Amino acid sequence: MTARPLCPLAGAGQGGPGAAPALVLDFAARPFEVRRSLATVARHLTEAGLGPETRGRVEIVLAEALNNIVEHAYRGQPAGRVTLALRREGGLARVRLCDHGAPMPDGAPPARAPARGTLPEGGFGWTLIRALSARAAYRRMTGGNCLDLEIALG
Amino acid sequence: MQLRPETRGGALWVIVEEPRIDAAVAIQFKDRMREIAAGGPDRVVLDLSQVGFLDSSGLGAVVAVLKLMGEGRRLELAGLTPTVEKVFRLTRMDSVFTIHESPEAALGEAGA
Repeated sequence: MTARPLCPLAGAGQGGPGAAPALVLDFAARPFEVRRSLATVARHLTEAGLGPETRGRVEIVLAEALNNIVEHAYRGQPAGRVTLALRREGGLARVRLCDHGAPMPDGAPPARAPARGTLPEGGFGWTLIRALSARAAYRRMTGGNCLDLEIALG
Repeated sequence: MQLRPETRGGALWVIVEEPRIDAAVAIQFKDRMREIAAGGPDRVVLDLSQVGFLDSSGLGAVVAVLKLMGEGRRLELAGLTPTVEKVFRLTRMDSVFTIHESPEAALGEAGA
């Protein structure tokens, strides 16, 4: 089963005409597929001449956003798919993640890491995304989610 | 999930022989650590020098291991690679663990 990408990949906020994404991946929303896709992104950034510090930063942000899609948007839906489109623009990596899963609770990313006692075992994802990205914009579309992320390169 | 337990200087050392502790293996990591640490020495040192990447699921699993070890036992970390160190620092979990720069530094404190 193939689902059409939810967001037009060269659409609004993703650069002008002809600015095709440098990398587009469509994969199943499962942990080992996420891992494989992150490796592809890391390889792409290596080939673009970016160093390990920058790659690590991009990889953490994308890992957290993708894990949220797997664990929350597609909870109980193992057949869900994710589209990742990445382009480099100026000193930024601009990444759009689209899925057909459930919306974020309250229609927005969690405002703050939930206080769950002195030693939380979760709730770190958005802390890391916010700390390491220049911009994170979430939109609920008909039947899916779209998350635009911008991460400084170098 | 390759975890190699060793006893050094009265402490239990667990060398993580995996490139990643991420959402794909976090539960396995926690379960294996629970088995390895059960009934062992009070001081446990987790050698992370081969781990290049850890996400929030992996972090949650390390915190869970600390909690399941219980009162009076210590979980220390050694050899954090740059990206792993960043995850601990940005989530402030670096204040929860004793973190040694290297396994050698942790060994220097054996029995301390």
